[in-house]
Parts: sequence; C-alpha cells; structure tokens
Amino acid sequence: MNQITINGAPYGVADDDLELSLLEYLRERRFLTGTKNGCERGLCGSCTVIVDGKALRSCRTPVEKAIGKSVVTIEGMEGPGGEPHPIQKAFMDAGAIQCGFCTPGMVMSAYALLLRDPDPSRDEIRKALKGNLCRCTGYQQIVDAVSLAAKVMREQALPVEAGCLRKR
Amino acid sequence: MRPNAAFRNDARAKVTGRATYADDISIAGMLHAAPVYADYVSARDLVVDASEALASPGCVRVITAADVPGTACYGQIEKDYPIFCSGRVRSYGDVCALVVAETRSAAKAAAALVKVAATPVKPVLTIDEALEPGAPVVPSYGDTNVVTHHRLRHGDPDPVFEACELVLEEEFTTQAIEHAYMEPETAVCVPRSDGVVEVYGSMQHPFSTRRFVAALLGEPLSNVEVYTIAVGGGFGGKDDTAAAVCARAALAARLTGRPVKLRYDREWSFRESYKRHPYRMRYKVGVSSEGRVLAVRATMHADSGAYLSVTPWVTWRSTAQCFGPYVVDDIHADVYGVATNNVFTGAMRGFGAPQVNFAVEQLMDMAAHELKIHPLGMRRINMVKQDSVTVTGQRLDGHVVSMEDVMNRVVHEIGYRKKYEHCSFGKPAAEGSDELYGIGLAISYRGASLGAEGMDFCSCIINGQYDGSILLETGIHENGQGAESAMTLILADELGVDLGRVRYKRSSTSSIPDSGTTVATRGTVMGGSAVVVAAGQYRDLLSRHLADRLRCRPEDVTFHDDKIWGLNYEYSLTWEEAMRELFLQRVTPYAFGTFQAPPVSWDDTTGQGDAYFTYVYSCQAVELTVDRKTGKIRLLNVVAGHDIGKAVNRALLLGQVYGGVTQGVGMALMEDFAYEDGRPACENFDKYLLPRATDLPEMTGVIIENRDPNSLTGAKGIGEPALELIAPAIANAVFNATGVRCRDLPIRLRPEDLA
Repeated sequence: MNQITINGAPYGVADDDLELSLLEYLRERRFLTGTKNGCERGLCGSCTVIVDGKALRSCRTPVEKAIGKSVVTIEGMEGPGGEPHPIQKAFMDAGAIQCGFCTPGMVMSAYALLLRDPDPSRDEIRKALKGNLCRCTGYQQIVDAVSLAAKVMREQALPVEAGCLRKR
Repeated sequence: MRPNAAFRNDARAKVTGRATYADDISIAGMLHAAPVYADYVSARDLVVDASEALASPGCVRVITAADVPGTACYGQIEKDYPIFCSGRVRSYGDVCALVVAETRSAAKAAAALVKVAATPVKPVLTIDEALEPGAPVVPSYGDTNVVTHHRLRHGDPDPVFEACELVLEEEFTTQAIEHAYMEPETAVCVPRSDGVVEVYGSMQHPFSTRRFVAALLGEPLSNVEVYTIAVGGGFGGKDDTAAAVCARAALAARLTGRPVKLRYDREWSFRESYKRHPYRMRYKVGVSSEGRVLAVRATMHADSGAYLSVTPWVTWRSTAQCFGPYVVDDIHADVYGVATNNVFTGAMRGFGAPQVNFAVEQLMDMAAHELKIHPLGMRRINMVKQDSVTVTGQRLDGHVVSMEDVMNRVVHEIGYRKKYEHCSFGKPAAEGSDELYGIGLAISYRGASLGAEGMDFCSCIINGQYDGSILLETGIHENGQGAESAMTLILADELGVDLGRVRYKRSSTSSIPDSGTTVATRGTVMGGSAVVVAAGQYRDLLSRHLADRLRCRPEDVTFHDDKIWGLNYEYSLTWEEAMRELFLQRVTPYAFGTFQAPPVSWDDTTGQGDAYFTYVYSCQAVELTVDRKTGKIRLLNVVAGHDIGKAVNRALLLGQVYGGVTQGVGMALMEDFAYEDGRPACENFDKYLLPRATDLPEMTGVIIENRDPNSLTGAKGIGEPALELIAPAIANAVFNATGVRCRDLPIRLRPEDLA
C-alpha cells in the first residue's frame, strides 16, 4: 500500500492516483483546497506545502515522491484547539492579507523558514519568500508578519511545529 | 472606530485556507469545461469541426456560437467582444468553442481534438499599421481603426509656444501589462430548480458579469444570480474576460442541465484576458524662463486591441488628466483609441493615468533640468492649489487641494532636498566604483470615482435582527481589497456599536440593486457614503420608535458605546432591549439607502467640465542605484504619500499603498506583455516577470487626511492613486543617477547607454 501522511493522518494512495501531482491529489482526492493552484508550473508558489519539513511546490511534485513522507498543508497549521498558528495570527495582525490567494503558500514558506531559523532578518525573510508571488500586498506586511511571528514565538517560547504535528 | 487594527472579516478564513474561491467548489454531478481557441491572429471564414472531440471519452458536448440562444458578442460599451467567435477571428485570444466533459482532463483532451480552419487575414499589429491608409479594418462596427477620439481645448497653445523660453517636444511609450491576479479566471455555474442559473465566479463585478451571462443566455437579468465568493485579485482585470468565462460556464450549465466548472489555466488567462493599454504619447511643452508651463499640445494613441471594452473611458481619463496636477492656461490634447489585432485592452488599476503620468512627470523634470530650476520648485510653480482652475476648466473649490502639502510631506520624509544634491548624474561618487545613485519623485492628482465617465450611485441595506445583531450589505464588491471590512467599520462607527455586532452579508446580484462596478477607486467613497445614508435612516427609525422608552424627543436619541441613549445619558437601551421594543411595536428594523455622487459635467467637443467631484493628491519618491557596468537598477527606498480624505482601516490602507507601488515597480522595471506576430510572447510567470519579495525595498506610507466634504465618510480612496506615479519617479531617479532619460516602458538600461 502507498501510504502518505497528511497533516498527521495516514492515507493510502490508490495506484491510479500515483501519477497525479501532489497538488491535484490534495485538492481533488483529499479535498484540501487550501493549497492553491496559481500557475501549475512551479513559478508562483501558491501551492507550497511542507514535505518532511521542507517547503515544496506541490504542483511540480508527483504524489509518488511524497509516498512514505509527512506532508503538512495549510489545513494542518492550526493548533489542537483550533487556535491559529502564531504565523497565521501574525498574518492577521500585520494586515498581511488581501485577496488571500497567495496566503496559504506564503504561510507555508514562512513556516519552513522558521523551522530552520527562529530569528531571521527581514532580508532573510524576503529571500525565503522569493518563490511566492503576491500581486496585492507588495510583500511588506507579509515580511512584517513573519518577523512578528518569529518574535512572538521566541519571546513566548511557543513551539514552531504545525498544530497537526502537536496533536499526536 | 479602531484605526490601527488590521480588521478583515475574512482574515481567519484566508489564513487557514478555508476561504472558498471558485475552484474550491465541487458539486455532485458537476461537469468540467475547457475553451477552444480559434488559433489565428486574424482570419475569416472560420470553420469549427468538433466531430472527433465529441467522440472522445467523457466528452458531453461541444458548444459553439451556433448554440448560443442569446447574443454571442457582448461588451460594456460596444457589443463587439465575442464570448464565442464565429466567422471572423480578430485576435489570438478568441475562443470559438467550449468543450464540456465528465472530468477536467477529459475536457482538455477533447478540446485538443477540435479542428479549426480559416482563411488568414493580414493582421494589424501596431498603432502605426492600424493608422495606415488602406489598413484592414479590425472592428466589427464602423469603418476605421480609430475607435475613439477625445479632445481637450483649453485656451490656444500654438501662438504661445513662440514666446516660450523652452519648448520640449518628446515622445513616450508604455507597454501592455498583464493584471496577473494570482487566481486565474474560474466559474462554477449551477442550474437551479426554479429556473435561475447560479454563478460562482472569480470576477470582480457581479452586475457586469450578470449582464454578460444574461446576454449569452438570451434571458432576463432576473434569471441569473451571481454570488460573491472569495476572489483572488482583480486590479480591474476581472471584468469582460472573467464575465465571459462565467457566461460560457452558465451556458454549458443551461444546455446540459448540470453544474459546470470552467477553471482557467494560467496560459489561457494570459492568452485571452485583456491587458493595460499601451500608449504612445507626443507632447509639445512650452515653458517660461521662470519655469511656468505656458502651453501644451498632447497627442496620444492607445492600443485598444481587437475589441473596444472600456477604451473610450480609459482614454477619457487620460484626456481629463492629460497634464497631471498642473495648471496650464493654453493646452490642447487629442487622445485616440486605436484597434489592432492584439489581445484587447481594458480596465486596469490606474486606468489611463499611469501612462500619462509617466510622460508628464518626466517632462517636468526635463524642463527643470534644462532651465536649471529645482524639480520641486518647477512643480510648486505649476501645481494646482486651492481654487485653481484645471485644464478641463474645473475650479477646485469643493475640497482641500493639498497637492503642495502632500509633496512637502514626502520630500521631508525621504529627505529629498539633501539627497538630490548627491545624485550621480552619470558620475560615480567614489573613485573606482560603478555604483550610480539617484533620487526621484513624481506627483499626481486623481479624479475619484467614475467622474463624468458614467452614472455613479451605490446602495446599502441595513437589516437589523431582533437579537440586536445587524446584517449589512452594499453594492460594492470584495475583490480582496477589504471593501467588506471597510463598510463594516463605517457602519459600526455610524451606529456606535461594537464591530462584532455587524455582519457583512454575503451578497448576490438578486439581493441588492445594481450599484455599478467596483472600479475607479470608488468602493470606499461610494459604498461608504451609501452606508452613511442608510445608517442615518436606520438611526432615525430607531430614534422615532425608542424615544418614548428613552424619555426624550427622537432628535435627542444618540448612538454610542454599543448602546442607544436618551438625553443626558439618563436612560439607555442595549441593542437587545431596543430590538425587543421594535418587535413589540411590530416595526421592521431595516433601512435602504442610496448615495448619488455629486454632479459632474463634460462637454465632449471641448473637453471642458467638472470632470470629477473630488481628487486624491499623491506624491511618491524613490531612491535607487544603477550599476554602470550592467545597467542593473536596485531600489533602495520608497516613500508614498497620499491625501485620501480619511483613513477607514489604516493597515489595509497601507497595504493598498505598498501593493500599488509594487505593481507600479513592475510596470517601471520588469513587466512587458510583448507579442510576436500577434501571439503573446509570454504564457506564464517564467517569461512574464512580476516583482518578488527580494525586488523591493522597505516602503513608507504617509497618510494625509483632509476630510472630503463630497464623501459622507470624509474618505476618498487609494486603490489606483497608489499605482499611478512610481514609474515616472523611478524614471526621474534613473536620470538623476545616470543622466540617461528613459522614455519607454519598461525601463531598460544597457551598459552601452552608461558608458
């Protein structure tokens, strides 16, 4: 059986589905529609998810490549009690959201950054978000949000891990 | 009101991935559709053969113009835009069929099997080709490629040029721009049991979309209900094409009796959706030795592409604002829209102003440089001030004309005066360095809302509930800019209630009257004013029925601190108590208000009139460096100042500023929707480059608030002013760094230019 872990829960992938992209699998087989399809060519970053701790563009990742691995999507970020992840809260507080279409991908890229660096500079944040296009915000309040999230997590010693990984 | 809180009614949904965009909708029995392109730039006698496609697995139906019960061509002004083309092909974006299948992959596979054949017609690809005598005529209506011509006649410039110290004659060009909203066009249409077709679409104008859908179906407007759902960006770009996508899906739903989803690939979106108008602008500007602009003659041509869309309105704004925020006594302008076989052009944030500003704000710097006058002084001498008369003959006396103050604030914030002295003008500051430094700025005024371009009114419904909660709805559409949140804040302020009491109701075209399109920076001024009108009526109703309980006269009732108060705060009612009282009186707590924009006027033959009821004043400044070896431009700092009347939602206002500047940076330095023989050269973000997080400096927004008496909230707007002037500011800074004047967008410096 082809097993994939999505947001902490195991799923069996049917053989016929192995040729799908991870994006198609998430959206059309698991109905996890928070991961967005903006270009299908790995250029815009709207489809960013975390696979074994690293940010990947799910539109360019065959689901086969994720077999046996742990995938975290935007739906897995909230805490066990449904509270927003500090990154999500910071996006809300910093005014980092407009049309919202890039937001899930931005949150996931920010999450991957903060997993490896709890105290990034604004330049490092910009570099980490370089693969994620946003047409609305000019990125500034998104950089503010990631910076704020890092600060809050450091100061309050909050775990960076996505909510779905803390439940189990 | 809480001016510093980043309030968004949809923030939680968007940050958790729960916000529902059109492609996130799945319905049992839903079919999928894919478009078929005619695949010619210009051709006639188009024949579509769908027989092979129909036989392919999963294909349910292939729809062409022959299946259209209504009109296959529609448009906002001229009904020339083919939702399904037949016979004549006018651009590479033309769609001739829609394949409907059980799955999306089956629809795409079948679409590839539809055969098209036609007789090619020599395409018209540039403004010059279109204007040549004997050029093939592109439009389906009329007998010329000149599809619109606006005139402005204010004084007489020709005799004045002779007396001018300096006469500049310059040509500028701007490029086609793709809106590049992150969410491609998508529609899900559902035939409902009562005969209505429901539309859930990625579009920014529900009422415009409804007109397109009803026209294609040949059915009354009441048969179509377009719902508001989350939209992944618009920037003016989700009107005609997005509406056509909805209309095609609606027709497929009508013809098959099943829900249909039509989700666009990015490649289809690039190929088919309308762009920003490329402009060619020729200016003759006469200036006195003191730097006063005495005479201007401007001739502009805008590439309208294959279809008219809103070209007459876009070029009208270019006419009304043809010489920026400056007073010129003798000025003539002629602005033409020209049809070509390029993908058509239409509304995009800025709407005919960014192009003009790119020329005018460079001309001001060029004249200042020639006359050895400081660029700030040059602007100060010529800019509009209180009670000035504009080039359209409008006296600016109905609001605070803050142009000079706005410029001063930005100049101070960025330290322009001192930094201007350090500009390189082609000579690196340090020996052995290749880095050139420049600072530049631009100013603008922008007519708020539609102005004399259209009918301008908007309505609002307040539907109080008997438990004290309040449902709010306006005719303004949420495109991601935060319109619903701004309306919610305004109502909470007007009624003195906690934000949590107000719920912005999900709207549809069947639930509120047509309030026009959410365009032209009119959302906050028009929607917000409608909320104030309705809130006034709502307070009056409540005052009348609660005065007895509050032991005062109705006119003494006040609304604040989430309660309703009598005279001297002696008696008060909670909203729960107040609503209970209304219920017992059998009174419906409901108000419907409409705001009509203050009067504007326009004379088409002279281009004179009160073009807009108020103006937003803006100044943006930028610092940058240019590498002399490579020509690479790096932005160091941006300051953007805007008098928006009043800030309703400060964090979101700043977001509009940063986002607008960023789109302007893309226009200035990166974006170019070019064609190769009429075929778009870019089909995705690999070749069409948008600004990324690393391409931008930290930006500072300066908000200037002079409450506008024409707006019932005092607020004007920010969407478009934010975008329309960073490109000339960058061009001016590039000149101040390199001594090279860039008259064409996007700005590209070659090392040989800098040698």
